[in-house]
Amino acid sequence: MPEPMDPTARIDTRGLYCPVPILRTRDRLRWLDPGEVLEVFSDDPAILEDMPAFCRSHGHHYLGHVEEAGKAWRVRLQKTGKHR
Amino acid sequence: VKALGLLSGGLDSTLAARLLQEQGVEVEGVHFSTGFCKVDHRRALARPRDLGEPRRVRHEALRAGSDLEAPVEIVDVAEEFLREVVLRPKHGYGSAMNPCVDCRIFMLKKAAELAGERGAEVVFTGEVVGQRPMSQYRAALDLIEDESGLSGRLLRPLCAQHLEPTEAERTGRIDRSRLEGINGRSRRDQIAMAKRYEIAEFPAPSGGCCYLADPNFARRLRDLVTDRGRDAVGVEDILFLKVGRHFRLGPGLKLILGRDEPESRFLEERSEGHWTCRVADRRGALGRVDGNPDRDGMESIARLAARYSARRQEPAVEVLLWKDGDEIALAVPPADDRWARSMLV
Repeated sequence: MPEPMDPTARIDTRGLYCPVPILRTRDRLRWLDPGEVLEVFSDDPAILEDMPAFCRSHGHHYLGHVEEAGKAWRVRLQKTGKHR
Repeated sequence: VKALGLLSGGLDSTLAARLLQEQGVEVEGVHFSTGFCKVDHRRALARPRDLGEPRRVRHEALRAGSDLEAPVEIVDVAEEFLREVVLRPKHGYGSAMNPCVDCRIFMLKKAAELAGERGAEVVFTGEVVGQRPMSQYRAALDLIEDESGLSGRLLRPLCAQHLEPTEAERTGRIDRSRLEGINGRSRRDQIAMAKRYEIAEFPAPSGGCCYLADPNFARRLRDLVTDRGRDAVGVEDILFLKVGRHFRLGPGLKLILGRDEPESRFLEERSEGHWTCRVADRRGALGRVDGNPDRDGMESIARLAARYSARRQEPAVEVLLWKDGDEIALAVPPADDRWARSMLV
């Protein structure tokens, strides 16, 4: 049984600079239902500022990040139905 | 009432959005990524240096959307912007290669389309009459409104009192008396408003953040357009104009030398299919060559690489040039300053 906050989908944006990971996130979210969780893997430190900002602006829930070896981060967000 | 605003992430567009939100207008933002933003470039280049300091490389339009709790759409328009605006401006350039009037018209036309899709009846900007010499004097604001096809629907909340009312103001759905009447270049009113709204963090006023208004960048772009012809200039070429020292060695032949290690690394990562050079002990800038140099060209390139290395005082310096597995070593005297400067774009 998956945990409620386990990601439904994952995208790997390593090698891409913000705002590209944000644009990929936005595109991927269109295919998710409200309540589902997306995990974004990124090696751009800007993701730590840009993803929470994107979530707040679009009304999604930012669930936090986990740092991986080699200066990369897995950030998770939960889609809401507020905006596209 | 729903309004779609051009959000740069700077103070003026943020304040314009806040003014509208304050009277209950539903605000959405759009940010057009043109490829000429200095902050975007810094983000791509300075990444390793900024590890641990994500704030320095954050996207200001996203940050503004977060502060406003309003969705901001980021739209990549680089290709179209280069072709239609930068290389073919109908209203000409400012002091450098800044087509400010055409830029505003282009963005507002795009915003008008998006506003239609989103059901926004008003498009707004943070423009202030009299603030910028080229695009924000009164006649330019009127021209921009006409040509963007937004007559009667384009709202500039910060200076609305000086302009003709929009349809939404005329019908009372937006309260004109609660909009501002700022004009001129002073930032005093905006700073006071920022205090009132408790907006503590905002980037430096825009204008200084566009490559097209930078005379050094403009010189390089003009050189490239002259050398290649404007139809052969693409978005990828623009990337390299932002990096390093540029030396024009002849028609179709140019050397770009990194000015520091991040620039050298940036050039090296994108050197496939190009001749690349560096002094043999690597204690100097890496160079990326555009074009196919003959033997004399190779020597000029090597002399310039030697000039911009730690060995520039030595009589002869060994320089390596390589391309897709080919490698050439040349021992050359470093270029003298006058000759090097005469090649500099």
